[in-house]
Amino acid sequence: MTTLLEDEAVPAVGPALAPVIATSGLTKRFRSGQVAVDHIDLVVPRGAVYGFLGPNGSGKTTTIRMLLGLIRPTEGTVDLLGESMPDNSASALARVGALVEGPAFHPYLSGRSNLARLDRMDVTADPKTHDARIDEALRRVGLTAAAGKRFRQYSLGMKQRLGIAAALVQPRELLVLDEPTNGLDPQGTREVRHLVRELSAEGLSVLVSSHLLAEVEQICSHVGIMSKGSLLVQGTLDDLRGGATTLLTVTTRDTDLAAATLRKLGLADVAVAASDEVRATIGEVEPERVTVALVKAGVAVRGLAVSRPALEDLFVELTGEGFDVAR
Amino acid sequence: MSLAEPLTRTLAIPRPRRGAFGRQVRAELRLVFGRRRNQILLAALGAIPLAIGIAVKVSPPGGDGGGGPMFINRITDSGLFLVLTALFVMLNLFLPVVVGIIAADSVAGEAQAGTLRYLLTLPVRRGRLLVMKAVGIAVYALASVGTIAVVAAVAGISLFGTGSFTLLGGQTVSAGEGMLRILGVALYVWLSLFGLLAVGLLISTLTEVPMAAMAGTLGFAVLSLVLDSIPQLHAIHGVLISHYWQQFGTLMRVGPDFASLGDHLLLQLVYVVIAGGLAWARFSDADVTS
Repeated sequence: MTTLLEDEAVPAVGPALAPVIATSGLTKRFRSGQVAVDHIDLVVPRGAVYGFLGPNGSGKTTTIRMLLGLIRPTEGTVDLLGESMPDNSASALARVGALVEGPAFHPYLSGRSNLARLDRMDVTADPKTHDARIDEALRRVGLTAAAGKRFRQYSLGMKQRLGIAAALVQPRELLVLDEPTNGLDPQGTREVRHLVRELSAEGLSVLVSSHLLAEVEQICSHVGIMSKGSLLVQGTLDDLRGGATTLLTVTTRDTDLAAATLRKLGLADVAVAASDEVRATIGEVEPERVTVALVKAGVAVRGLAVSRPALEDLFVELTGEGFDVAR
Repeated sequence: MSLAEPLTRTLAIPRPRRGAFGRQVRAELRLVFGRRRNQILLAALGAIPLAIGIAVKVSPPGGDGGGGPMFINRITDSGLFLVLTALFVMLNLFLPVVVGIIAADSVAGEAQAGTLRYLLTLPVRRGRLLVMKAVGIAVYALASVGTIAVVAAVAGISLFGTGSFTLLGGQTVSAGEGMLRILGVALYVWLSLFGLLAVGLLISTLTEVPMAAMAGTLGFAVLSLVLDSIPQLHAIHGVLISHYWQQFGTLMRVGPDFASLGDHLLLQLVYVVIAGGLAWARFSDADVTS
């Protein structure tokens, strides 16, 4: 009995917990002299859903291309599933499914034929399960009905789904999905999020890139934020959010009285934001104490909200600029 | 015991399966031959010997030395000569165009479509992929030469009969031997395209624009033909890719000049080694940004 408990208490430490992706000083300088990726140390732990975020042009896709061995780093190293890239690409890539910079298939072949071609080109694919695996991948992305249609007749959303299906035909350890929700409507975006959650629950590690922070924020366990070729910050989502200041918003007509009360409680950055709104940084003060204090002071409170900042606010805080435009 | 289950999925490193190369080659051939454009191209190649045959039937060339391409005067004697006339007509222009088109598709076309990056994120070595692409072009070239030869033979025999197959020296041989010699010619024509095939593949790895790759390959062939036609450049004629293309006529003599044919095939091999080597050097290390 005791031994059993002890066994359970020992965490499973071993090679299985080594990161699925680890880069060191990864840099890409293009022939034009432009530094697209500048000394980044990306670490994707095994089992993570890693949101690789940043505006368009911040170096995400160039990084992903280096991870997959499509382009050679100018400096630095890439370790993908324990293999050094791009030199040992074959044994690593057999365990990685990838969607890179949008789906690309032969326009005159059907969706199914396109997947079949890729699977036949994969030297590790089992020809006996070829059809069944392709059917299953198409089903998972909801393309069963459109499988026989030519790729050129697919809508943008269907193309995107086929791209994801291509990454699922073979059993994988790691999925690299570059902007998987591009071109999808809100319903399609929800479906992709659901699929990523499902795959993660099955034990896959996932790197998902996006320039839309809010879109992937909900599914990520880890986040890395890129800007102008640098990895500004990475870690678990909770750590990143925890490091950021928590905002208090009080809705009331008694703005001056409310502001004075908040100052007295020791809240920082107290400001009257509108004729009926006061904002402050709540810091270590418990929200319950704030509520009691406001009521005791006779402030007629209409609403009170404590908001942790969204990733987008975090990005603005880190870079001091808006997210939408890459410069 | 849910705790005993692994938290994350790890796979044994998948090994290449037996027969993978064969499957890859078949997938490549399926791609090349499945494309409608390429099917139409083959049909067009077959239509040309048919057109020559009908033209000769309608208006037979009078006597000897009536001009026109090699062997055209002999078609009325034996329909099998239509194969030689057709191959002679096709080798200088149409077949280089065919090689140019398929070579352009092979790497530049996949780069432009973006499909190249997906091929390269599979566990496929780049060198292997290049070999597969070369096989695809070579088999399509074989199909092209075969289509021309078969259509020409069928059309020739049905329009003019096998007749008496007379060699260039005037000796008559059996239809069977004539057939065999023509088979040799077709094989020779096919192998003659290998140098250009390698050059086409090299150019295809240098660009993401298939039209440019096509034009480059064809331009290379045309340049060679032009240089070969200038007597003052005699010194370099021996190394031009097209110099021996038309030598297949020697197979229509009693004692074919096998040494000259051998020289030619050796020259093609040199082109294959140099251009193929450069293509591999370029492709195996290239940044794929398409």
